[in-house]
Amino acid sequence: MLDIINISKTFNPGTINEKTALNGVSLNLEDGDFVTVIGGNGAGKSTLLNAVAGTWLVDEGQIIIDGVNVTKLPEHKRAAYLGRVFQDPMTGTAATMEIQENLALAERRGKSRTLRRGITKQERAEYKELLSMLGLGLENRMTAKVGLLSGGQRQALTLLMATLQKPKLLLLDEHTAALDPKTAAKVLEITELIVNRDHLTTLMITHNMKDAITHGNRLIMMNEGKIILDIRGEEKKKLTVKNLLDQFEQVSGEQFSNDSALLG
Amino acid sequence: MNFSTLFNALPGACAQGLIWGIMAIGVYITYRILDIADLTVDGTMATGGATCIMMLMSGHNIWVAMLAATGAGMLAGLVTGILHTAMGIPAILAGILTQLSLYSINLKIMGKSNQAVNVNNYDLLVSLRYIKGVAPWKNTIVIVILLTVLLIAILYWFFGTEFGASLRATGCNPGMSRAQGINTNFNKVIGLMISNGLVAFSSALLAQYQGFADVNMGRGAIVIGLAAVIIGEAIFGKIFRNFALSLLAVSFGAIIYYIVLQVVIWLGIDTDLLKLLSASVVAVFLAVPYWKGRYFTKPVHKTTTVSSQPSSVPEGNSNDTNAKKGGSRNA
Repeated sequence: MLDIINISKTFNPGTINEKTALNGVSLNLEDGDFVTVIGGNGAGKSTLLNAVAGTWLVDEGQIIIDGVNVTKLPEHKRAAYLGRVFQDPMTGTAATMEIQENLALAERRGKSRTLRRGITKQERAEYKELLSMLGLGLENRMTAKVGLLSGGQRQALTLLMATLQKPKLLLLDEHTAALDPKTAAKVLEITELIVNRDHLTTLMITHNMKDAITHGNRLIMMNEGKIILDIRGEEKKKLTVKNLLDQFEQVSGEQFSNDSALLG
Repeated sequence: MNFSTLFNALPGACAQGLIWGIMAIGVYITYRILDIADLTVDGTMATGGATCIMMLMSGHNIWVAMLAATGAGMLAGLVTGILHTAMGIPAILAGILTQLSLYSINLKIMGKSNQAVNVNNYDLLVSLRYIKGVAPWKNTIVIVILLTVLLIAILYWFFGTEFGASLRATGCNPGMSRAQGINTNFNKVIGLMISNGLVAFSSALLAQYQGFADVNMGRGAIVIGLAAVIIGEAIFGKIFRNFALSLLAVSFGAIIYYIVLQVVIWLGIDTDLLKLLSASVVAVFLAVPYWKGRYFTKPVHKTTTVSSQPSSVPEGNSNDTNAKKGGSRNA
């Protein structure tokens, strides 16, 4: 479903701030894979997701989504294949627009936007049903501005928007990191629900090692712009935080640097 | 102090306010919807009039002349849009560049710095002579009200379409828009074209109204437009929540601006100081949401405090007001 072939990205090349964020990363995702991505700060996790999403173009390598080479496609064109949820709850929605308008925008991802009505009656009914599935009471606030919602509600809505048009690939960039633990658990539960329901191929970055172990069928760990661990199948099921840390130290020769990842 | 002089001047002030109201609606589209302060309008506010007057003088029908004026304005918006999106120039600077080029272009359109038409020789749509003592269907105020209502209806419809909604999203959250497959650069260009088209349309009306087009007639237009937008929001923001009504509020804002201006003139202020006064008023009104956020907000909700961080630079004004609107409903 996703083929990343040897991609590299260096920010601010030739300056004092030069930073090689991705260093020859290759990754292949099968249809239906749910891959969790962990790693310390600056390991290149978000850079990897942004490379796939097309926030900027990579310096080298190829990115192929479901047989389509998207390496040179601008962000808004790639969006046709991708559903994205970001770390900051403010990033994924339009705050001054209504809940239903946000959904209607997402419904038209990858389609041409014409001079037909921005939202139809039939859609309203559909959205009401979908929102009630979240169990957050949003179905009764369809015309409320998204700016009025809490961070968790926004993330749940963004998740719904990302999957309204079934994406080839769902990209979750620490989408629970800014939430309190209870809300984070709820959003993760909704994530699991939607991913399973639609059989979505998913790439999820998380800060939380426990979440990374509990969710998905495959786990990759990044360090200094490279994938240093790739654990799947039966081996992943048996994984614990402790032996993950041991493996990290073995591979990278250093201590895992991120406290919040350990606390999870 | 003679009240009848003031009273006599009011219909004229209303008519001018209405005409500038259309211009201000154009400014609203860039400033509020796209979150761009577009300075092109200072040039476009003369281009529209110049085009209209020259088309009239070469014997074209008034509607053809108005259409050409609007088209010229849209071209100006296109240029700013390309400078901004394809050439990566910051929006404010892109607008200033176009505005400056338009000064030369306006001179070339007119051949000299101003051109006049006599209302007796041309079939004008509006004129300061058509304010009092004319049939209602010829009355400038009536005609401009009708045009304003028509334009608001069209814009209301447009911003409710799929494409219009994507334009609103572009201004509100460009990152999210791209993630939802919206070509934000294209949308910005279209938004700038619509805005400048409206400004040029308003300019064409203004030139007819005053009977001439002048290369300087757009100087400071952005300030008047912004004044109308913020006066409208300050006075009607709480009651007019619907999009069409917000546009109407902008038009009312422009009328109020011109009436106040008329009163100030009537009070006998040195008219040389008028532009200084306008700029000061706009500066204070723009500062109010910032001050409110900085000095008068109690830390309330998680959601609102995050989005209404007063630390935001002046650009964040629109966000501030939005968050404020949200906050007031929550509180």
